[in-house]
Amino acid sequence: MRSREAMYLYLFIAPGLLGMILFHLAPMVASLGLSFTEYEITSPPEFVGFENYHRMLFVDELVGKSLSVTAIYAVVGVPIRLFLQLFLAILLNRKIAGIRLFRAILYFPSVVAGVAIALGWILLLNPTYGAVNHILWELFGIIGPRWLNSTQWVIPGLLLMSLWGIGPGIVINLAGLQGISPELYEAAEIDGASGVRKFLHITLPMMSPILMFNLVMGIVSNFQIFTQAYVMTGGGPANSSLFFVLYLYRNAFEFFKMGYASALAWLLFAIILILTLAVFRSSPLWVYYEAKRERN
Amino acid sequence: MGIGSADYFSERQEELRSVRRRRRMRTFLIYAVLIILSIIALLPVMWMVSISLTPLNKVFQYPPRLIPDPLSLTGYHEAVTLFPFFRYFLNTSFMTAARVIGTVFSASLVAYGFARYDGPLKEVLFVFILTPIFLPEQVTLIPLFVGYTRLGWIDTYNPLVLPAFFGGSAVYIFLLRQFFMTIPTDLDDAARIDGASEFAIYWRIILPLAKPALATVAIFTFMASWNDFLGPLIYLTSKENLPLSVGLSRFLGESGTTLWNSLMAAAILTVLPPILLFVFAQKYIMQGIAITGGGAKG
Repeated sequence: MRSREAMYLYLFIAPGLLGMILFHLAPMVASLGLSFTEYEITSPPEFVGFENYHRMLFVDELVGKSLSVTAIYAVVGVPIRLFLQLFLAILLNRKIAGIRLFRAILYFPSVVAGVAIALGWILLLNPTYGAVNHILWELFGIIGPRWLNSTQWVIPGLLLMSLWGIGPGIVINLAGLQGISPELYEAAEIDGASGVRKFLHITLPMMSPILMFNLVMGIVSNFQIFTQAYVMTGGGPANSSLFFVLYLYRNAFEFFKMGYASALAWLLFAIILILTLAVFRSSPLWVYYEAKRERN
Repeated sequence: MGIGSADYFSERQEELRSVRRRRRMRTFLIYAVLIILSIIALLPVMWMVSISLTPLNKVFQYPPRLIPDPLSLTGYHEAVTLFPFFRYFLNTSFMTAARVIGTVFSASLVAYGFARYDGPLKEVLFVFILTPIFLPEQVTLIPLFVGYTRLGWIDTYNPLVLPAFFGGSAVYIFLLRQFFMTIPTDLDDAARIDGASEFAIYWRIILPLAKPALATVAIFTFMASWNDFLGPLIYLTSKENLPLSVGLSRFLGESGTTLWNSLMAAAILTVLPPILLFVFAQKYIMQGIAITGGGAKG
């Protein structure tokens, strides 16, 4: 009977196992191998040792450029979005009439993702005729910047647009807030705690595991930005929005430098891995886990 | 002044009234903030709808206006004539339908195996199958492209559809396994006594009971597939094979950023199916995000 049970286990999970090997494990190994070759698809790969890595780290200036574009976008964007997600979740975590409608409306922009909405934002950010600069002028008397046409404002423009995609983050935060026991707040109120103190001493610590999850996911997704840059700016002007994955894509599918692009992919993988591990390692310093407290 | 005095009562009443006034003020403020945020949230799409209904010679006018005058359907007409909208719509629909069917079927099969049976190396294999959640897809992109080129699969839908039939995204295997584990095994045993095969238990008992979880997986796969850009951009080459996402980006290049009303009309038509799905299946989407932490790539 036991061996029959094991047989059923392997039979049912076989598609997943095969998929993992065919579409993930084997390509990973192949990618590592390719990163040590020069390969342009038309001729067989040629072993070049560490040349791709050497060029990537010490010669190719666009690697540094694209990394710094991506890093600046992440360093500015991730904290802003984390804050906004938590703020909106707190705002939406109330039992008032119509709150479900407001939740749906604030989530709505995340439904219309992808190329279609990127096209809309090209118009919205048009310096002369776009809605954003028009609103800046009408409401605040500010003459808006040239956004996607400006080397300085293209990243802020893309960051602004990214604020419309925080729906999933709001929902995760909302689920977290609803998991906090109301007794904690009641006890604090009896002790006469103010709203700010309740936020700092109950909400923040209880939400810190979720904030950490969103931080990790935010970093990972930021380093994989591609569609917006490809469709809206093409990396320009003057490479000022050359995100790392866009540069990787160009090397692989426009210049057909498959070996070099593989090395770039491994650099991306290493960076994401190191950042994720750093967040996890530092988490005992600032993430509060209730289960641990109960054990002590 | 004693507790029973008239002064005390009027003071208490005054206090209560001010508390109530402050509370009403607070509720009013919250609604005001929510309404302003809702307008901000909806503005981009409303703007796109507005441009899509504007005649071309009025697209670039100053000051811009939200309600076009005159209204024009030229944009929509051109979106289905100049731009092969229906062809692209069919391509995207085919790709999405195939991925949804493949993912729901294969992910639930694998999840059922992990939820119901035991065997050597089960834990290790479970972790092994879930690792792609943490791998950036860019790492596997180039070898997969090379492999598909060798197989002659470039410009076919095989590279975009087949992986869905081998478990799809690992997140969904995890989500479904969690759900299956909450279904009591009594029903399995009863069916087994009645002589049902193991596959019949999965197909006739577990799947019908797991409809909410399967719906969540189907919806997330739909959304991710409908918007998928990088995959089709790399694997598809001829114009008639493109899905809406890549077709739109080509249309932008070809129209030389001039036909903005048609471009916006095509964009609005493109996002209509996901919007409709959101309106009707909002509950599953919200629950699914709370469980998986944001869904996953399709």
